[in-house]
Amino acid sequence: MTIEIEQPRVGLSKIAVSKTHGEDSPYFAGWKAYDENPYDEFRNPSGVIQMGLAENQVSFDILEEYLEQHAEEASWGKKASGFRENALFQDYHGLQSFRKAMASFMEKIREGRTKFNPDRVVLTAGATAANELLTFILADPGDALLVPTPYYPGFDRDLRWRTGVNIVPIHCDSSNNFQVTPQALEAAYKNAESMNIKVRGVLITNPSNPLGVTIHRSTLEQILDFVTIKNIHLVSDEIYSGSVFSPTEFTSIAEILESRSYKDCERVHIVYSLSKDLGLPGFRVGTIYSYNDRVVTTARRMSSFTLISSQTQQLLGSMLSDEKFTGNYITKNRERLRNRYEKMVGGLRNAGVECLEGNAGLFCWVNLSPLLESQTRESELAVWEAILHRVKLNISPGSSCHCSEPGWFRVCFANMSEKTLEVALKRIQSFMEERKITSG
Amino acid sequence: MTQTNPIRDPEDETRRPVSPTGGRTGMRLIVPLQGVVQGRGGLILGSLIPCALFYFLQFYLKRHRSPPPPASPSSSNLPELARTSSRSNLTSRGSMGQARVSSRASSIAKPNDSPYYIGLDRASEDAYDELENPNGVIQLGLSENRLSLDLIEQWLSRNLNGSILGGGGGGLSMSGIATYQAFDDGLWELKVAMAGFMSQIMGRAVSFNPSQLVLTSGATPAIEILCFCLADPGHAFLIPTPYYPGFDRDVRWRTGVELIPVHCRSSDNFTLSITALDQAYNQVRKRGQKVRGILLSNPSNPVGSILTRETLYNLLDFARDKNIHIISDEIFAGSIYGSEEFVSMAEILDSEDVDRNRVHIVYGLSKDLSLPGFRVGAIYSWNEHVLTASKQLTRFCSISAPTQRLLIPMLSDTRFTQEYIETNRKRIQSMYDLFVAGLEQLGIKCAKSSGGLYCWADMRELIRPYNEKGELDLWDKLLNIAKINVTPGSACHCIEPGWFRCCFTTLSKKDIPLVIERIRKVVETCKPPS
Repeated sequence: MTIEIEQPRVGLSKIAVSKTHGEDSPYFAGWKAYDENPYDEFRNPSGVIQMGLAENQVSFDILEEYLEQHAEEASWGKKASGFRENALFQDYHGLQSFRKAMASFMEKIREGRTKFNPDRVVLTAGATAANELLTFILADPGDALLVPTPYYPGFDRDLRWRTGVNIVPIHCDSSNNFQVTPQALEAAYKNAESMNIKVRGVLITNPSNPLGVTIHRSTLEQILDFVTIKNIHLVSDEIYSGSVFSPTEFTSIAEILESRSYKDCERVHIVYSLSKDLGLPGFRVGTIYSYNDRVVTTARRMSSFTLISSQTQQLLGSMLSDEKFTGNYITKNRERLRNRYEKMVGGLRNAGVECLEGNAGLFCWVNLSPLLESQTRESELAVWEAILHRVKLNISPGSSCHCSEPGWFRVCFANMSEKTLEVALKRIQSFMEERKITSG
Repeated sequence: MTQTNPIRDPEDETRRPVSPTGGRTGMRLIVPLQGVVQGRGGLILGSLIPCALFYFLQFYLKRHRSPPPPASPSSSNLPELARTSSRSNLTSRGSMGQARVSSRASSIAKPNDSPYYIGLDRASEDAYDELENPNGVIQLGLSENRLSLDLIEQWLSRNLNGSILGGGGGGLSMSGIATYQAFDDGLWELKVAMAGFMSQIMGRAVSFNPSQLVLTSGATPAIEILCFCLADPGHAFLIPTPYYPGFDRDVRWRTGVELIPVHCRSSDNFTLSITALDQAYNQVRKRGQKVRGILLSNPSNPVGSILTRETLYNLLDFARDKNIHIISDEIFAGSIYGSEEFVSMAEILDSEDVDRNRVHIVYGLSKDLSLPGFRVGAIYSWNEHVLTASKQLTRFCSISAPTQRLLIPMLSDTRFTQEYIETNRKRIQSMYDLFVAGLEQLGIKCAKSSGGLYCWADMRELIRPYNEKGELDLWDKLLNIAKINVTPGSACHCIEPGWFRCCFTTLSKKDIPLVIERIRKVVETCKPPS
C-alpha cells in the first residue's frame, strides 16, 4: 500500500498563474464551443460555424497556383549549397532578400505612395510577437499604452501579459462611427495620469479590428499631433492594410510622415504581418518597421526570441519579390474580400440587421443592440450565448473588444467558403424572423 | 529609387579608436563646453582656456597612466568593428524631444561588449574562405555543426525531390500548411516525431510523452519561457560556471531574473559540487533574495562534460531539499563522443515516482540536427501548470508551419535518424581527435570532455599577466594576428583565467593544419622566456 506524501508545491511565477492571458473571456469560450462541435457541410451540417476567427481563406488558390508554376521558388535555390546555407542561417537581421521582399510588398500594398527601407525591417515570428516586442521596448512595467476601443481582444494578452504594461482605453462610440477624436485621446491620457500611470505611447490598428474601417487621414494627423505634443510613441498596426477593398481609401501612417518630410518620425513604428493579407498565419511572419534607429537595433536583438524560420524566409522571399504575382494577388484579394463583404452586408440587411459601413478587413461590425433586453453588457452576453448555442454561430461580442457601447458584434466572413457563408446568413435570417414573431 | 533613412547604429557613437595590439590605451575625446556654458571671461577665454587645459590634462594622464585594474570585457578598448549600416540622413532631430525607450530596452541597446559577440561579428564580417578570402578570420566561436548536413541533403532529395515545402506527396495544399495554428505549441504529429527523436538521441534509455512537449521557435525562447514561468523579477537561478554566454541575455533580459554563478574549477575538471551549490544558495538567501532553481547544461557548454548519474541524483535531492526547480538544457545530448554514456534528467525521473513537478528539460534541433535556421526548440516538463502557461506563451514564438511539415516525415523516418545520429557522432569524434591532437602539438591541453561541438582549451601558461586582462590580450592576438575567433573563458564567467572554447565542427579536416599553424604563430610569441 503506498502512502500519499504531501510534497510542498514548488513555486511558479506570477506570470504563470496570472489571468492576464485572458483565456477566460467569451472570445475564447466561443472557440471552445466551435472546437467541440465544428460545422462541416456534409458531416456536421448543424454544427457551430466559426465566425469569430479573422482569417483569410478567400485567395489560397492564387498562392497555390503560383507555387505550382514556379517550382524553383519552392526549392532551396539554384546553388548547390542552398539548403546548407539556409539551414545554418540564424542571423537576427534576417535574409536580406526576404527583408527586401517584405519592404517591397508593403510598398505595393500602398501603391508606391511611400517607400520602405529594408534595413528598417525587423522580422518576428508573427505580429503577435511584434506587438509584444515593441511594448517591451517602448514601455516599462506599470506604464501604459493608449488603445482606441473597441480593440482586438488579443491585445490584452499580447501587450500586457509578460510586459507588465497596462492598456488604457481611448473610448470611441457610434456617434461618429467609432473614430478617434482629440477629446477622447486627451481624456484617456488624463485618465492614466489620474491613476499615476505613465503613458508611453498610442497603439492604433489601421484598418481597425474589429471595426473593419480605415482610419481617416485627418484623424491620423490628429493622432500624430497628439503623440508629438505628449512626446510619446505611436505604433500603427497595419496588419490589414492589404485587405482594404479599395486601395485609395487606405492611408498609412507612413504617408503622413512622408508628407511631413519625416520630421520627428522617430516616435513612429509600424507593425505588419502576412497572416491576414496573404492568409498565412501558420507561417509566423511578422515585422516591425521603425523610423527609430535605436528601436530597430534593440528590436533586432530581441527578435532572437522570435526568429522566422530561414526556410520560410527563403520560400516567401522569391514569391514576394515577384511584382507580377504580388500585384495580381493584391488586386484579386481585395476584390474577393469586397464581394464577400457585400454578400455579408446584403444578407444581414435582408435579416433586418445593420452594420457599421466598412471598407476593409475580414469582418463586419454588426449592430445587434435592438435585440438586447437592456443596453447592458449582461444583455449583450445573453444574446451572444443565444446566438452561439441556438443559432450555432460563433461571433465575437463587443464587450470582449472592450467596446463601451453594448450590442455590437464582430462577425468574420473570410474564413469560410461562400457556401458556408450562405448557410450562416440563412441561420441569421431565421433567427431574426423568429424574434420578430415572438416579440411581435 | 534611393532609399531614404538608412539606419545608423547608435552604438557607433560610443566606440573609441584603439591601437592594433589592443592594449589599454586610447585617448578620451571629450569636447568640454563648460567654459562656454559658464559664460565667464568671454567666449574665447571662457571656452578656449578650459578646453586647452582639459586636453593637456588628458595628455598628461595618458603619459603617466598606471596599469588599469583588471576590467570586465565591457571596456571600450577592443577592436573597433565596422558596422554594416550607413549614415542616417534624417534631417530633423525633432523639435519636441525624442520619446524615450524603456529602461529594459536601454540596457539591451548597449553595445555588444562581450568578446563572445564581438568575435562572432568579426568572424562573419571577414569570414575565411579557402579561395575568396584565405586571410580571413576562421570561426571557432560558433557552436555550429557542419559535419553532417550532407546526410540531410540526401534525405531531402530522396524523399521530397528537394522541395522546400515538404509535406509529403506532390500536392502543396496551402490550406493545410497555412491556416491558423490552433496549436501554437506545435502540431501533434511533430510532437510525436520530436518525442521519438529525443528518445533516440538519448540512446532509447528513456521515452518521452508527446503531450508533455511544448514546441518553440528555437531553444532560446524555450529557456526564456521557462524563466518567465518559474521565477518573478528579482528571483535567481543558480548556474554552474563556466556557462554559455547567451544565457546572460536569454535568462535575464526581459524576465528580470538573475543568474548566480556557482564556480567550478579545473582542479576537478570543472565538476559541479553540491557543496559549492549549497554555499551559493545560502549566500543568496542571506541577501534576502529568492532562489527559484538551478540551470544546467548537460552536456555542458563550454566545457563539454557530461553529468554523471550520481550527480544528477544529488542535484535532484538538492532541489527537493530546497524546493526549487531544475532546468536541464540538453541541447547537445546527441553530440557526444567518447565512451561515456549520456544520461538525461528524464531518465532519472523515470525511476522516481514522486515530485517530478520541479524538473524541466530544454531541447532543440540546432545542434544535434544542424538546423539552427529552422528554429525548432522544445520544453519538456512534468509540471501541468508550467505546460499550460508555456503553451499559451508559444503564441510569441511558434515554429513556422512549413518547417513543421518538413520535419514531420524527416524525424519520423527512424532509420534515417538512427543512421544520422551514429554517423554524426563518429564524425564529431574524428574531428575532436584531430583538433585536440593538433592543439597538443602546441603544448595546449584540453579539459576532459565527452560532448558538445567544442573543446575547452587550457592556455593558462600562455597568458601574461595571469588574469582576465592577460586572457583578453591573448584572445585579441588570436583574433587579430592569428585570425582565429575563439571564445575566452571570461565571456563564459569562468573563474580561472586562461581557458578558451574552440568549436571544431565548422571546420573540415583539411582546415585543421591551417588552424593549428595560425595558433602556433601566436603561441610562440606568448611562451614565457626560457
